[in-house]
Amino acid sequence: MNILSFFVLIPLLMLLGLWLSRSLNQVRGVMVVGSSALLLLSIYLTIDYLGLRSAGATEEMLYTDSYMWYAPLHICYSIGVDGISVAMLLLSGIIVFTGTFASWKLKPLTKEYFLWFTLLSLGVFGFFISTDLFTMFMFYEVALIPMYLLIGVWGSGRKEYSAMKLTLMLMGASAFLLCGILGIYYGSGAQTMNVLEIAALHNIPLDLQRIFFPLTFLGFGVLGALFPFHTWSPDGHASAPTAVSMLHAGVLMKLGGYGCFRVAMYLMPEATQELGWIFLVLTTISVVYGAFSAVVQTDLKYINAYSSVSHCGLVLFALLMMTRTSCTGAILQMLSHGLMTALFFALIGMIYGRTHTRDIREMSGLMKIMPFLSVGYVIAGLANLGLPGLSGFIAEMTIFVGSFENADTFHRVCTIIACTSIVITAVYILRVVGKILFHTVKNPHHLELTDATWDERFAVICLIIAVAGLGMAPFWVSDMLHDSVNTILSAHLSILK
Amino acid sequence: MNYSQFLDMTPEVSLIVLILIVFFYDLFTEGKERRGFHTLTCILLGIHTVLNIFPGQDRELFGGMYQAYAMTDIVKTILSIGTLLVFLQAKNWLRRDDTRHKEGEFYILTLCTLLGMNFMMSAGNFLMFFIGLELASIPMACLAAFDKYKHESAEAGAKYIMNAMFSTGLMLYGISFIYGTVGTLYFNDIPTALEGTPMQILAMVFFFAGLGFKISLVPFHLWTADTYQGAPTAVTSYLSVISKGAAAFTLMVILTKVFAPMVENWQLLLYVVIVITITLANLFALKQDNLKRFMAFSSISQAGYIMLAVISGNAQGMTSLVFYVLVYIAANLGAFGVINVIEQKAGKIEMNDYNGLYQSNPKLSFLLTLALFSLAGIPPFAGFFSKFFIFAAAFSEGFYLLVFIALVNTIISLYYYLRIVKAMYIIPNDKPIAYFSSDCSTKISLAICTAGILALGIISAVYDGLNLYAFGM
Repeated sequence: MNILSFFVLIPLLMLLGLWLSRSLNQVRGVMVVGSSALLLLSIYLTIDYLGLRSAGATEEMLYTDSYMWYAPLHICYSIGVDGISVAMLLLSGIIVFTGTFASWKLKPLTKEYFLWFTLLSLGVFGFFISTDLFTMFMFYEVALIPMYLLIGVWGSGRKEYSAMKLTLMLMGASAFLLCGILGIYYGSGAQTMNVLEIAALHNIPLDLQRIFFPLTFLGFGVLGALFPFHTWSPDGHASAPTAVSMLHAGVLMKLGGYGCFRVAMYLMPEATQELGWIFLVLTTISVVYGAFSAVVQTDLKYINAYSSVSHCGLVLFALLMMTRTSCTGAILQMLSHGLMTALFFALIGMIYGRTHTRDIREMSGLMKIMPFLSVGYVIAGLANLGLPGLSGFIAEMTIFVGSFENADTFHRVCTIIACTSIVITAVYILRVVGKILFHTVKNPHHLELTDATWDERFAVICLIIAVAGLGMAPFWVSDMLHDSVNTILSAHLSILK
Repeated sequence: MNYSQFLDMTPEVSLIVLILIVFFYDLFTEGKERRGFHTLTCILLGIHTVLNIFPGQDRELFGGMYQAYAMTDIVKTILSIGTLLVFLQAKNWLRRDDTRHKEGEFYILTLCTLLGMNFMMSAGNFLMFFIGLELASIPMACLAAFDKYKHESAEAGAKYIMNAMFSTGLMLYGISFIYGTVGTLYFNDIPTALEGTPMQILAMVFFFAGLGFKISLVPFHLWTADTYQGAPTAVTSYLSVISKGAAAFTLMVILTKVFAPMVENWQLLLYVVIVITITLANLFALKQDNLKRFMAFSSISQAGYIMLAVISGNAQGMTSLVFYVLVYIAANLGAFGVINVIEQKAGKIEMNDYNGLYQSNPKLSFLLTLALFSLAGIPPFAGFFSKFFIFAAAFSEGFYLLVFIALVNTIISLYYYLRIVKAMYIIPNDKPIAYFSSDCSTKISLAICTAGILALGIISAVYDGLNLYAFGM
């Protein structure tokens, strides 16, 4: 059996295990065993992948496999990974693992919560291993719908509104996406649904590309918080329970960027060259607008959600710059943003669980009361604003260096505008850190609060290690990404010549 | 006359035998002997289904009066499975004091409509088709008015029969136009003589109106909401899946076989009808609070989706149509099964009554959630696959914009399906419907539906199998 199929099989077994479990301890046991298995599997996959590459494997994708599913429509269960998907699988493995610990004490209906949580991760893993358009789309939707119940039932605040808004906007995007996918399938002559084969055929007529590229890009872009379709994200994140915010900002939003790159840009390069500028303008707005919005928010989760809009905008921005460096930077940014946002949301959830408020005006001096969580928060903040040595720096540096390689005025202007977000990010991060962590403790009730428990510490430390690891030793990741990015971009570069 | 031809009509002949057995059992038994009536009918219907499970050859009998394809046999089998599910769900209701004495009538009337649909689907002549359609319509009005002491039920029956008569009149008028311009009513002879003259286009439109009524497409849908709400739930579920499925299949066969030369005309007609059907039904469904009324509008919009397969007119479209009907039977009967059992046990049918249902009846809520997700087209449930195939079929003939409109509409439909999910899981309620355990036959039917929802999509063999027998223009 192909190693990649385990990424689908393990969540399925977890679902079965959860369904059969009768007590809270059994539920937790299943989750711990399953999510550690997924984490170990993704680490093993990364090591094995790097080994195979250094041993000289030159295929575009490794571990490829294909089983015919619906023969009349050429739908296969076909899987395979390149450097980008391996990185994403590793990210998902880490987030699902830490997310399990971040929701350790969640009540009520713990079993149902973890059922939907596991279904969500099943969709995420399935999406990243698929190379078939149909299967990819199916897993994409599998990952979306649990969000409705996860936010609606276990969320806080205006949860019904946020859950419905998020679900409808994302499903609306998937309607665009489905239209795009069918367009790609029939446009390329309706002989295959495999992404690699369609890319090799490279025969979608330009007039069809002009229709279906925007649909596909938009479909994935909404999940990547593309302006002006990002409005689901702040509400959704603010209402979601901690682990769901983590998984959503950390992994689910990456599905958007990954899909834009792997499907829309890879399969329709001509249209990307022609129409990419429209989306580039939108993403530039996302980057700056998200950052500015974060400055004026007073709810911790809203600040972080708008910061996500800005950072995910940067991912799409870098992809559309279409240079090798910038695209590598985009994938690095996905990894880095996934890890540090997960860390952020985990910490916010833990702080909220103690203070019962997320309003920054009502908190101060937390550093004295809960030093562990506060230090974690500072580290996450510094990673977010791009301090060298942490992951954010590597990613943003690569992106902006790569973007500057585009010498024409339009791209230059966009790059310069987007660069300003670095400063604005520093403003909102330092503002929050200063307000809630330092000064004297104003609220006497806060003095009685306790610092993190073991399960919380474990989740936070895991994430900090990952963030710092990526920041200190980025080369193995960027090397791994570089070849795969090259393959996808080669079609674009050949057009430019 | 060659009587051996009757042997090639096994689906109809065995159904007639079944009806006769049920009829005589109903006549000659009394009191305690009737306790096994429900079980007996279900078993007999099961036997009938199993007997006809293998599709026969494509065949023409009685000089072209009766035409059956392998695909027709498959659809007949699918519909009898659906009818069996409806019977299983109806047990609770048939055990009530005011319906107990009419149990046999319910079976006989339902099976008669099924027989009518069988004849309608394998008609080879417009008159034969017409007789089948009438046999399917008139007993249906009796069924809708089955709870005759209830005001709504009587109203449902009256509305149904009035609308049926009107649309039948239109259709007959259309058929007479065809006879007038072509000189024959045999399906085989019509296509060569059709030229697409205005008179023939009018005939086609009138014919379409007649079937559009059965499928409840907008603008022939006005009876649907009231009839669905008033009719007993078992009858409503039968109306919404079986009658609709049969009519949709017949429409596709006749449009592609008989009206093939006028393909541009009927594609244009369908295009407009699909857009208004899906959009209008979805918009109306948003505001419904009575679940049966809600399901009525949901089923109108589902009918619009089914028409996406018809408009493609090719073999892929036919496969997706039959697959869609099959999945729709599982999902819709799953939803109706839950609605029915809650109506019978708790007497509640409004959406507000479902608030907090998950606290008291987690299993039923979960099954209803699966069914609704499948209807909304969410993977990994079967509805996702059937919707995808429908869209792919319409896309293959280049209806890009139409598919896009339909896709945008799925989002609206997702909203109203999620309203029920929200009621069951999210909205808190101090006094949810108390826990009850359902009876055995409901359980069996819900288990079959759930198995269908979960398995039909994942296992590709069903679609592949249907694909072998599909035909188009």
